[in-house]
Amino acid sequence: MADKVEFELVSPEKLLVSQPVTMVVVPGAEGFLGVLPGHAPMIVTVKPGVIDIYANDMTTITQRIFVAGGFCEITGGRVTVLAEEASDLAALKSLDRAGLEKDLADLNEDLADAKTETERHLIEQKLGIVLAKLNAQGETLH
Amino acid sequence: MPSLKDIRNRITSVKSTQKITSALKMVAASKLRRAQEQAEAGRPYAERMGRMLASLAANVAGSLEAPRLMVGTGEDKVHLLVVMTADRGLAGGFNSSIVRATKRTIQSLQAQGKTVKLLCVGRKGRDLLRREFPSLIVASFEDVGKKRLSFADADMVTNKLLELFDTGAFDVATIVYNKFKSAMTQEVTLQQVIPFAAPEVSNDAGEVAGRSVYEFEPTEEAILTDLLPRNLAIQVYSALLESAASFFGAQMTAMDSATRNAGEMIKKYTLIYNRTRQASITKELIEIISGAEAV
Repeated sequence: MADKVEFELVSPEKLLVSQPVTMVVVPGAEGFLGVLPGHAPMIVTVKPGVIDIYANDMTTITQRIFVAGGFCEITGGRVTVLAEEASDLAALKSLDRAGLEKDLADLNEDLADAKTETERHLIEQKLGIVLAKLNAQGETLH
Repeated sequence: MPSLKDIRNRITSVKSTQKITSALKMVAASKLRRAQEQAEAGRPYAERMGRMLASLAANVAGSLEAPRLMVGTGEDKVHLLVVMTADRGLAGGFNSSIVRATKRTIQSLQAQGKTVKLLCVGRKGRDLLRREFPSLIVASFEDVGKKRLSFADADMVTNKLLELFDTGAFDVATIVYNKFKSAMTQEVTLQQVIPFAAPEVSNDAGEVAGRSVYEFEPTEEAILTDLLPRNLAIQVYSALLESAASFFGAQMTAMDSATRNAGEMIKKYTLIYNRTRQASITKELIEIISGAEAV
């Protein structure tokens, strides 16, 4: 069995990452998901959070990428994450925390004003992303 | 008979027009290249999304609770046409061919007794359609992707679509846009997006499904409910990209022929100018000579 799994991170605008990795941890909708070579084929929804790419020894993290939700398809030798928004954790950390908190407050206000079910659903999604961003800022880089 | 000065003025004015059209052609050519690159870059996502959707649809097919975005409202009364044109003109038949196709579709749908609503993306299409069908337009967007088309633009249009769909404003949605064939040719395309026509389980998809049976987390239905709006956004996004690329292609071709026409005009006027000049010189000479003979 190959000891690497092909990891691809794709946004609608471009192919962001495409590299063989030893292990990658994806924030699935129902819990984190560590993918090693030979994983059973799966399709999983991804919630806003951080994707960790592990180095060969499987303990050190080489890259952490924040994604704002999406979908993940796993086949034997390949992991494909379709994300709408993705950024390196380092880039996310440089964001202004106060700005994010303001967004959070604004969205909460919008939620209270939302009239239709669709509108509420959309705002809740955005809220989830901002919350996940705030959480991610608290995490370490590696 | 125009005087020499008139012709000279005419030549200068055509020359400056030619400068403008050739500059616009260069601009369109470089923007076209960028738009093509962008369309290229968006392809992997759409491809994988399609693959995922095919395997999901194959699993859900025949199940009881398929999402409404896929099966539709069960009716076929109200049609929504999403008309994609540009904000600017000077692109040959780009906008007018879309508008013509839209008018034809509206007429044929209305002849079948269906209600038609319009959602316009782009100023030109809105202006042209508003003249004839002012009551049909439910919403319109302008300046979409004015600087650089991003996925957020597509998202904006999609959210409006979903909102209208959820409130039951329409049963069937179709995008009317220019598909990019080459820099010279665009093809007006009508693409139905709601209800989403599930990709035919072709040999290809069947093979995929047979080779690897996926596990789903959470359930197929839940993923599908999430995936379908995304897929809609992707389809809107790729239609916008195609439309942008077509626009620059059309503009480039139109400006190229305008530049050529201006060149021909300049040649023609220069000929007339020289003839007139010679004629007037000859006339003057004749006058002088005959004057001298008379004396």
